Amino acid sequence: MSWTFVLSLAACAYGLKLLGAVIIGQREMPLVLQRCLLLIPAALLAGLIAKDTFTTGQSYAIDARAAGLAVAVLATWRKLPFVVVIVAGVGTTALIRVFV
Amino acid sequence: MHHFRAPDARRFISASLMIGIAFVIFGASFGVLSVSAGASVAQTCAMSLLVFTGASQMSAVSVLASGGTVASAFGGAVLLSGRNAVYGLAMSPVLKEGSFASRLLGAQWVIDETTAVVSAETDPATRRTAFWISGAILYASWNIGTLLGALVGSSINPSDFGLDAAFPVMFTAMIAPHLRTSAGRKAALFGAVAAVALAPFMPIGLPILVSALGMLFGLSPTSSEPTSLTDGAT
Repeated sequence: MSWTFVLSLAACAYGLKLLGAVIIGQREMPLVLQRCLLLIPAALLAGLIAKDTFTTGQSYAIDARAAGLAVAVLATWRKLPFVVVIVAGVGTTALIRVFV
Repeated sequence: MHHFRAPDARRFISASLMIGIAFVIFGASFGVLSVSAGASVAQTCAMSLLVFTGASQMSAVSVLASGGTVASAFGGAVLLSGRNAVYGLAMSPVLKEGSFASRLLGAQWVIDETTAVVSAETDPATRRTAFWISGAILYASWNIGTLLGALVGSSINPSDFGLDAAFPVMFTAMIAPHLRTSAGRKAALFGAVAAVALAPFMPIGLPILVSALGMLFGLSPTSSEPTSLTDGAT
């Protein structure tokens, strides 16, 4: 990772925060744009979950990560604390690697 | 800061410390994953100090770790941070009371969790107290966690501990509040299918940018209004 990457990302992320909080402020931002921006995490995080669980590079893979994800989804759905979600998900993957 | 001596301060301090514990854990996981993806401890800490929006930081590291291009890692992270502009609209009346310098600092602290804490309050003075206390505590927690994780991460092999599964596990915890609306669930389904279906046919990282097109479910006005969405952030 390069410093250019870190600092450019910082500039863009802060710029977007400033745009809403200070530059636009209480003037109007179209509702349709607000709705779309707020949907990005659902779409993109789901994409990242799928990529990180079911692919390695450009190939498909079903391995210990899928079991870890299943446990994490269950723990999240049961509204268990973050610590439990992370430890249970990551722990499941690690245990399967040790025993299988 | 005088907000810590406000009448309601104690309530927000304890609420923020609860979220802060989760932030230390998330931050530490980010720190470990970031250094094992090739970033230095200094770069990892700089990201948490300067970018300070967890999902974007995690997304960037995840794409780089799986061999994606710098451009796609960057694009995904910036797209993810776009929602902070919308949260900023809701937070601007809270920041408007302060000096220009305090608005510049406050803008950096506009994230899902501070927005959620503030949105639960109605009185303007209480909202300011809520924002500055939660912002300070969460900013400190995230950065302390990151530093600890980055230091630990330099001395272990992450896949020995199942930490390659930490990305999907953490994203699962992060996505939960965004699935409360039907538009959110449709966008997520689209994103997941696109990422998997396109993986063999596109350079690593690009399918994630296609996933982001799930945001277009927001074009339909029947989906939830932004105010209820910002309330729903955790």
